[in-house]
Parts: sequence; C-alpha cells; structure tokens
Amino acid sequence: MSNHITQTLDARRLLCPMPVIRTQQAMKNLQVGDILEVVCTDPGTMHDIPTWCRMYQHEVLLAEEREGEFYFHIKVITVDEGYASQAEEW
Amino acid sequence: MKDTNKKQPRAVSLISGGLDSMLATKVIIEQGVHVEGLNFFTGFCVEGHTHAIRKHDKNKQKRNNALWSAEQLGIKLHIIDIVEEYKDVLLNPKHGYGAHMNPCLDCKVFMVKKAKQWAEENGFDFIITGEVIGQRPKSQRKSAMPVIAQESGALSRLLRPLCAQLLPETYPEQQGWVDREKLLAFSGRSRKPQMALAEKFNIEDYAQPAGGCCVLTDDSYSDKLVDMWQARIANNKDRDYTLDDIMLLKIGRHLRPAPHYKIIVSREEGETNYLSGYRKQYISLRSSRHSGPLAIIDGTPTADDLQLAARIVARFGQGRAEPEDTIEVQMLDGQRHELTVVPYPAEDIPKEWYV
Repeated sequence: MSNHITQTLDARRLLCPMPVIRTQQAMKNLQVGDILEVVCTDPGTMHDIPTWCRMYQHEVLLAEEREGEFYFHIKVITVDEGYASQAEEW
Repeated sequence: MKDTNKKQPRAVSLISGGLDSMLATKVIIEQGVHVEGLNFFTGFCVEGHTHAIRKHDKNKQKRNNALWSAEQLGIKLHIIDIVEEYKDVLLNPKHGYGAHMNPCLDCKVFMVKKAKQWAEENGFDFIITGEVIGQRPKSQRKSAMPVIAQESGALSRLLRPLCAQLLPETYPEQQGWVDREKLLAFSGRSRKPQMALAEKFNIEDYAQPAGGCCVLTDDSYSDKLVDMWQARIANNKDRDYTLDDIMLLKIGRHLRPAPHYKIIVSREEGETNYLSGYRKQYISLRSSRHSGPLAIIDGTPTADDLQLAARIVARFGQGRAEPEDTIEVQMLDGQRHELTVVPYPAEDIPKEWYV
C-alpha cells in the first residue's frame, strides 16, 4: 500500500513549538484521507508532533530520523470543525 | 443551579505547561465543563530550545510541556503564534517591567485579551487561568486581578479556579455553570496546596520551571536583550526585533567589543550546527586549521573588527595555545577569505565585552 503525500511542510531549523504551529496550520487546509509530510530538525518534534496528532486523532504513519532530520507522515482522520458556528460576542 | 436544558458550557484555559494551569483546568473539567487549552508562543517561552540545540543536553526532556499537560488533561490544545503582536507588549509595557525585562502584567492582560477574542470567535463561554493571588509579585498580586479582568475586556468571564473563592463571583458561577463551593481559595507563594491538589487528582509528573516559563524573568537573558536594544539605539535603529534576534540571545557566548557589532561564539557542537544555519544572514568565522567554535557577527564590523573577532574565535578553538591560527571568514555575499591571527589570550579579553 503506497501512501501518496498530499503536501510537504518544511519545518527545518524551526524550534519547538513552531513545527507544531505550522503543522496545525497546514492541517487546516487538508481533507480527510490527505497525508501531510513534515520535515523537522528539532529533536523535540519526535515527541511533540505525535502528541499533537493523538490529541486531534490524526494517524502518524511514519515518524523517523534520517541523518539528523525528522520525518513525519500524518494522515488526516477527522477535520476539527470546532464550535466556530456558535461564535458569539460577549 | 445548573440548567440542564442548556448546552454544555465551554471554557478556554490558558495552558502554560506548569502545574497551576493544569490544576485550574482539572477543577473545571471535574464540574462538567468542556475545556480546550490555549498556549501562546511569544518567542520568549523557555521550553526546550537550548536543550534542543545543545548536544550535551541530549538527555534532558525535550517535550513541549503545554502539549504534554493538555494531553494528560485529555483536552485539545491550540498553540498560537503571537510573536509579532507580542512586540508591542514587550517594547511598550503600560505597567512597566518586573525585576528584569519581564512585562508580566501587560503580558497577562494581552494573553487574556487574545483568549477572549479566540473564545468569542470559537463559541466558548468563559476563560480560566491558573493564577493564584500572591503567587507572583507583579502579575498575580491581589490588586492586579481586577486590572487583568478589566483591561483584557474579559471582565467577569475570567475565572481563576485556584483562588476564585477569594475574588468576587464571576459570570460562570452566576450562570450555574460552575459551583463556587468546588472552587478554591489558594493564595501566597507556598506550593503546598497545589501539590496536595495534584496528589488528589493523581497528577504525579509536571513541569516545575524555576522563575516561570518565560526567559524574560532570567537576568542573563534580560542583559542580552537590553544590550541588543542599547546597541540598536546607539546605531540609530529602533528596538524592533525578529524571531531570529531573540532566539540567538539564547545561544552561545555573546561578546560586544564595540557598539556597532557583537560576536556570538558557539559553546559546543550543537550550537555550532545551529549557528551554521545563519551563515547566509550573518558574517561567520571558523578556524580552518583546528576544530573549534563557529562565530557569527551581528552588526557592521570593519576589517579591523574582523581581525579582532578572528582572534577571539581562535581563543575558543583547539589552536588557542598555538602561536597563530588561520580563521576563515565568510562574508554576506558568500565570499570567503582567511585571516592568520594570534589567538587572544583568555585573560586579556576585557570582562565588559561579555554580555
């Protein structure tokens, strides 16, 4: 089974939490079933990106280090609609 | 009294990654409120930056504490980049700075204001924070509490579960969304009540950053920030900064031999690797004969200044005891040239150059 990467996010040289922020932003434009590849250099991402994915119920298909760079393949499982439709001024 | 016909109330919680925001959130989750977390990235968050960069810190915890604590709480966390907007808070704090360059009260007002905006846009009903009266000298003294509520515009929709019983009743309490009896009355600098509550909630592992989670409360970092601003003013520039500027203040030894330039010298391999990512933006120097640090220059050095910088780089390299060393200088246009210099004797480097 091959996983077609929908989009690649280059988060090299960014330090925590910027790679997570950029991942969060990139995911907003993806559909269920899409796969986002994220490439990072901050080792903390090996912990933080899978944590963020668990929180939003996305599937981490791959999380591995290659020559000092960290590669993630994230499959969009659900699109978080939130409650923005109920926005209300206080 | 809870009105069961109404939707489940929703609160947004400011999550720093420390124990207090975890406890405050838990207290409200326990009351049946739907909670999601907000974490603001100012660029000054302590987190694991230096650990991520420095090789000898490899075994230190590299997790993002805000993400980690949100996961422990079983809530979603939204991390928001406020680096640009935060500049005005740091550069022009209405309430001034704390002991260092920490504009804590303005910062809190700003974050609650952002949380209010986020909550309104995302259909949430109120804001919770882990503030405790008297926990911190500036931003958490009792008189600061109404200032934060007022200036942020959150007013009575701002609830501090850990000390709510010592403060006037808030909107979520009036609506019956939370029971005041189940809120707390913590005050002062003691951490014992928090630890007891953590035990009650079975929270065993939590971050305990000394001096909070912001590098602006750190004197060494503040000194570097002030130096950067003074140099800018001396060179007729304003105090504006980029994320790179403030990240670099966390890295390496900083030496300023003159107002118009500063030398940043890596202290170990991890920092060397990190600084090498800046070689297109800054003039950089490195020994071509010996292993040793990489240095970058912030400012506008003259040829003589580069000569001096090369001697400093040689002083921190493996060739420091040799009569001379050859230092390669890479200019902004990528052109390289070599300087053969006498390493600066360690004891001769003026102490005042160290920022």
